[in-house]
Amino acid sequence: MTSVLEARALGKRYGRRWALRDCTVDVPAGHVVGLVGPNGAGKTTLLKLAGGQLEPTAGDITVLGGRPGATPAQLARVGFVAQDTPVYAGLTVADHLRLGERLNPRWDADVARERVARLGLGPGQRAGRLSGGQRAQLALTLGLAKRPELLILDEPVAALDPLARREFLQGLMEAVAEHEFSVLLSSHLVSDLERICDYLIVLVDSHVRVAGETERLLATHHRLTGPRRDPGRLPADQHVVSASHTDRQSTYVVRTDAPIHDPAWTVSRLSLEDLVLAHMDGPPAESRRAALEVQR
Amino acid sequence: MIWLTWRQFRGSAVMTAALLVVLTAVLTLTGPDLASRYATGIASCTQDDSCARFYDRFFDEYQLPFLAVSLVVLLLPALVGLFWGAPLIARELEAGTHLLVWNQSVTRGRWLAVKLGLIGLTAAAATCLCGLVVTWWSGPLDKSAFPELAVMAPLVFGARGIAPMGYAAFAFVLGVTVGMLVRRTLPAMALTLAAFAAIQLAMPLLVRPHLIPPVTSTFEISEANVSGIGIQGDTGSAHVVLGPAVPGHAGAWALSSDLLDPSGRVIAGRGEEGPVKVSTTSGPCAPAAGPPNMGACLAEVSRLGYRQRATYHPLDRFWPFQWIETGIYALLTAGLTGFCFWWIRRRLS
Amino acid sequence: MEIPVIEFHLDAKSGVSPYLQLVQQVRHALRLGLLREGDRLPTVKEAVAQLAINPNTVLKAYRELEHEGLVAARPGVGTFVTKTLTDTSLAAHGPLRLELQRWLAKARRAGLDDESIEALFTTTFRTTAQEDIA
Repeated sequence: MTSVLEARALGKRYGRRWALRDCTVDVPAGHVVGLVGPNGAGKTTLLKLAGGQLEPTAGDITVLGGRPGATPAQLARVGFVAQDTPVYAGLTVADHLRLGERLNPRWDADVARERVARLGLGPGQRAGRLSGGQRAQLALTLGLAKRPELLILDEPVAALDPLARREFLQGLMEAVAEHEFSVLLSSHLVSDLERICDYLIVLVDSHVRVAGETERLLATHHRLTGPRRDPGRLPADQHVVSASHTDRQSTYVVRTDAPIHDPAWTVSRLSLEDLVLAHMDGPPAESRRAALEVQR
Repeated sequence: MIWLTWRQFRGSAVMTAALLVVLTAVLTLTGPDLASRYATGIASCTQDDSCARFYDRFFDEYQLPFLAVSLVVLLLPALVGLFWGAPLIARELEAGTHLLVWNQSVTRGRWLAVKLGLIGLTAAAATCLCGLVVTWWSGPLDKSAFPELAVMAPLVFGARGIAPMGYAAFAFVLGVTVGMLVRRTLPAMALTLAAFAAIQLAMPLLVRPHLIPPVTSTFEISEANVSGIGIQGDTGSAHVVLGPAVPGHAGAWALSSDLLDPSGRVIAGRGEEGPVKVSTTSGPCAPAAGPPNMGACLAEVSRLGYRQRATYHPLDRFWPFQWIETGIYALLTAGLTGFCFWWIRRRLS
Repeated sequence: MEIPVIEFHLDAKSGVSPYLQLVQQVRHALRLGLLREGDRLPTVKEAVAQLAINPNTVLKAYRELEHEGLVAARPGVGTFVTKTLTDTSLAAHGPLRLELQRWLAKARRAGLDDESIEALFTTTFRTTAQEDIA
């Protein structure tokens, strides 16, 4: 299977601060990939590197097998909806569609027209007068009508109210169902992604903490509750993601491919949100390495 | 891409075009009349040798429009840099729309090339047209202007010929560069204005005089190069003040104009009072000897050995200077343009 | 285009994975006789547009239903119900409900409140379900 995004030891430094460091991921095509992590974890940097907006400081990155943003052909294959979905305030909705048509060889005018009509956007309306939700939908329309093979969206719904958020994701998923392209989108809220992502990348402190298909992640993560026990006494194939202890009780979130038979533990499943939070919670350095190795 | 550039630019382009058309129309309509009045005036003044007075009268009459159109041409490049150059990229960066446009199927290099090319050429062409029309219109006035406002004078030189075209192209790219680095429209505009003004001051003061080695020679003292003379009969002292004119080189740009005493020592610079040892009790410089005759007195000063030493550029260097200066600005423009392309590819996101 | 007979909904808090929820909803509708043979399920695009979920989730649910022989996909037309579940199970509902009511009364007499009853039921249900799988 081909990769939409392949990064090896990818890093980006601003001055002396690394916004993204030692990032290695390989995302197969045909997924809706969620990139989650707290604010400032490097999500935008990774997406901008993938869109060709930034040049890597270290390592390398290929998107759909090509160097991001290098050629018009590569640009045509990747759509990018930036954070806060910027549009030209002075231009009308029709102007934006015309812009898309003029600047993209694979522009699908029917998709654009149909979407704008369904959203109830007047062609003569100035983009500066649109609501946040409408603006986001206009930016999404530009991204979709470009007919990319990969659409990247940076926190597309962060600024939207729940209804606009729902409508935006509905439009996006409908387009995915119809045109079968890959999607890479970021959010600091897992709840936004739970329904729509079938692949997840958790980015914390400019490092990739875990990456994989959501179902597989959910199937291999368990919460163990039982009498207090040292992490050293857990089986070797159980990698601790997070741990908390009281005097008598230990609660672990572990990742393992094998079933857990130890009768001392009460084993329960994690929701996607709990899983992500467990990874964000900042485990000790060794287990962080372990989690990364599991993912390879 | 051309469509988008035009769509974003058309508002200010149409407004500027309208203003330039009005200016050109006014100048085209009044120009021939101005030229014919000048020709008539010259024809009649050469007969009675009163051309100096004609020049003064003629120039006085048109001084206001003369200064106004010169000012327009001087300011035009600054305005181009301020309102076309600085916001070009800064505004996109400020609104985040660069992320929209750079993710269409057009590389940002091409995006920048079209923007710079289209708007830069428009700016250069408009300023060139404006500069040449003004040069043509003010031809008669330039011939009759006093030395401080002759075509070679720093203030007027920049408003004539093809140099404004170079200024405009440079100011535009300067604005674009500053906008790209500052990333905020208003600070970029302020900084562009400051930088451009500094360069426009440094050019005539520090660079232009040395583009071609200036000519230095000494001239006899006469009414042509003296702007004032003072004689105190009671103390017996006299002084001479030299002006910026160079005898026999009308319209020359004098860099310095020093008064030398008979031994060849500099005793006064331009505009300063240079004491001369000339008899104020007898001879042509004596106030008692009837109505003062300035010409005869100065001839006496000259006979005593006093001289003007002038360093200057003669008028016929006007066009060489224009070409050299336009070339310099073209080089600066090209350099900044190259920097813009490098920066937008490497550093900007 | 005809309007599909059922509409899906998702419960984010249930802990049941979205694709399984879809499968269960179709089965449920079949059992209750809401869906009959020949009915068309929502297309993937319709379901996705309505729920804002990943298309693969819907595809997976439909594949599962197809695997169970409940529905069949006709390329370019849609997914259609090929079997009903009403005949056998609906008849069994009555006696089962009666038995459950008797059990509930017994539990109350034993001093269990609503919450305890529910907890007992779910844990028992889950453990037996897990034993069945294992």
